[in-house]
Amino acid sequence: MTAAKLKPVDVVVVGTGVVGSILCKELADAGLKVVGLERGRMIDPQHDFAMPYAHDELKFDRHSDIFQNLSRETITFRNNMSQTALPMREMGSFKPGECVGGTAAHWGTHTRRFLPWDFETRSRTIERYGKGQIPENCTSQDWGITYEELEPYYDQFEHLYGVGGKAGNLNGEIQPGGNPFEGPRSREYPNPPAPMTYAGTLFAKAAESLGYKPHVNPTAAMTQAYLNPYKLMLGQCVRGGFCSSHGCANGAKANPLTTVIPALLKHQNFELRPLSNVIKVNLDSDRKRAVSVTYLDARGREFEQPANLIILASYTFNNTRLLLLSGIGKPYDPVSGGGVVGRNYSYQSAGKVALFFEDKAFNPFMGGGARGTSIDEFNGDNFDHSGLGFMGGAYVAVSSSGAMPIRSTPVPPGTPRWGSAWKKAATQYYHSNFTIALHGGSQSFRSHYLDLDPTYRDANGLPLLRMTFDWSENEKKMSAWITSKAAEIAKAARPSIMSVNPTAGHYSIVPYQSTHNVGGAVMGADPATSVVNKYLQAWDVANVFVIGGSAFPQNGGNPPTGTIGALACWAADSIKDLYLKRPGALV
Amino acid sequence: MPAQPHAYGYLTQPETRFLDAAVARLIPADELGPGAKEADVTCFIDRQLVSAWGTHGRNYRSGPWPEGTPEQGFQSRLTPQEIYRAAIRETNVHCIRQYQKAFEFLAAQQQDEVLHGLEDGKIEIESLPARLFFNLLLRNTLEGFFADPLYGGNRDKIGWKLIGFPGVAASTYNDHLEKHNVPYRVEPVSILDILEERVKVDAQGYPKHVMLGQHKRADGDDSR
Repeated sequence: MTAAKLKPVDVVVVGTGVVGSILCKELADAGLKVVGLERGRMIDPQHDFAMPYAHDELKFDRHSDIFQNLSRETITFRNNMSQTALPMREMGSFKPGECVGGTAAHWGTHTRRFLPWDFETRSRTIERYGKGQIPENCTSQDWGITYEELEPYYDQFEHLYGVGGKAGNLNGEIQPGGNPFEGPRSREYPNPPAPMTYAGTLFAKAAESLGYKPHVNPTAAMTQAYLNPYKLMLGQCVRGGFCSSHGCANGAKANPLTTVIPALLKHQNFELRPLSNVIKVNLDSDRKRAVSVTYLDARGREFEQPANLIILASYTFNNTRLLLLSGIGKPYDPVSGGGVVGRNYSYQSAGKVALFFEDKAFNPFMGGGARGTSIDEFNGDNFDHSGLGFMGGAYVAVSSSGAMPIRSTPVPPGTPRWGSAWKKAATQYYHSNFTIALHGGSQSFRSHYLDLDPTYRDANGLPLLRMTFDWSENEKKMSAWITSKAAEIAKAARPSIMSVNPTAGHYSIVPYQSTHNVGGAVMGADPATSVVNKYLQAWDVANVFVIGGSAFPQNGGNPPTGTIGALACWAADSIKDLYLKRPGALV
Repeated sequence: MPAQPHAYGYLTQPETRFLDAAVARLIPADELGPGAKEADVTCFIDRQLVSAWGTHGRNYRSGPWPEGTPEQGFQSRLTPQEIYRAAIRETNVHCIRQYQKAFEFLAAQQQDEVLHGLEDGKIEIESLPARLFFNLLLRNTLEGFFADPLYGGNRDKIGWKLIGFPGVAASTYNDHLEKHNVPYRVEPVSILDILEERVKVDAQGYPKHVMLGQHKRADGDDSR
């Protein structure tokens, strides 16, 4: 089929999630003609997330049509290179989005910054402990950007998204009530911290009794009505649950649909094309410059959209896959260790302590938007790793996004999965349990990577992306050690029963864990080990920027969205202030 | 309490009898109250099978289909419709061979034996790994017990009343959130209640919750 060639524009942005929406807005504001291409459908929150339909666990958590439609495209997965990868046929471990607003349309609103250490993982580890601390075949590396450089952009993103919280470090001064381990921030959060839940209070007291410094989880579910810098009004969160996996019925969840898109749709420099699936970035004959993208619209018609600047702003998987399908950057080869595209795929490690009580009522269905408390003593390099045999860490938290009954009726260990005994335990403990969860980093390793699958194809006949990933010994050791610390806190909260579950065994694609897939098109200072430079610009093709979770060289302990948003703001400024003045390689 | 009569869109009569019997063992009626059969979970499963999910409308369906490792997840080439059809028939073949009766006619203890056999993979059925069928059945049973009654199960909000889940949230949780250790026990409200105008909503579309009596305790005893 011959693609119909469209009128050239200044900028094409692939994807309209957290990253794409910000890039579209900032570049349209700078006077450029911008087209946003989104593979998913248009969302009108007032209709799509209207009450009472928004409070439907089966529809949103299980069968949501704003998750990626796997019948058209999925990934294949294997634990190691000796296995044959098989397609992820149904949604499980993670839930990438497919709609205007992207994955953030249904995100859980945990908005934390990475620690300064996270951006200099390799050099700081060697500096403090020596080279021996880096595990064999670990390919974790520095980002090529520091926390200090990114700080103004964290600040910009948090104000755009109306994050509620309490600063723990204001310009180097430690603040009571905040997280004392965070990097210095230039000003307070735009909104106050959320009120304390009962479970969050019990956890905080228990943690305090052991000498830790608990703080309220920062959240992008509005703690009060908020007017953001794009002049959009967000409602206050009513803590009605049905939060993570769901769209928000009262516009209290910051995401592209509430913070950016309505302003964009009115913008004369911007055009949104939903149901437009980009399948290739086209290069000129010497492969140094991108000239256009090819996409399929809802009718299956093929179009070529020429542009001066092409921004890949989609999910980690799709950013990496588009580079591989387009021949931008050298594909990674795990055998030789050469090549870069697909290298350093990583995820998010975990660990859980479940607490069951006889005499307490937590009203677990109340919540939403990361309600609860956490400690940061065991995150990143906030503690001495000497002799522990692992690097990295996790933050330890209690949070309730509203316990919905299909997903969240936990029972004590040893309870049968069904029958009267299960029924009794589920009934007894639904109101009187909570979980202390680790949210941990994931270092990168030579054998964990993304490439194109040799067998399975998408609805357009193009190869699926193949993931090769397993839990490393490093993550398992880290999770076991920190989960044992979490268990000490749990014990201090005096539950009648508790179960301790660190990350162990093989990584499985089946149970939901987190939609925190990162890497594959990582940023860095060296083109031999990164796909994009510190400005998120492709080393090999200067008018292509690749922005998102795909740029993380490894994952930090904190959830990625805050950092993805900050990178988007940073890249937008870099394009406006540097690239547009002197188009070409910025490094 | 008998299951309600329903028009079934996919399941045959022998299949609905099998499922009524099976879900009644997975979540039994007992001293705590009615179970999955009374909650019309069979009707829920039928409607799910008729929906896009029943034919894997949003799942990847191309081959090849090697079984793979447990970590690689669901790999059958069968859709949920085909799995229920094949597995129910093949489980009954096993029951007749073993006990000379179809599953629905077995004593409760024998039914549990069969269900455990499927769960542990000790019973082999022909078309797919038995465990895969069992896990699908258990998952759908929990969904049918706890999903909004809109989908044909959770009749009378049986599942929600059992555990004390309020259903559609009220807009007033902020007033209660900081009342620590004070149980919030209300008559649950479903989307169906609102659509059928049994419950009124405020201007934002949130229902007002009616508190249950003071004798209700946090241990889940909300028998009325």
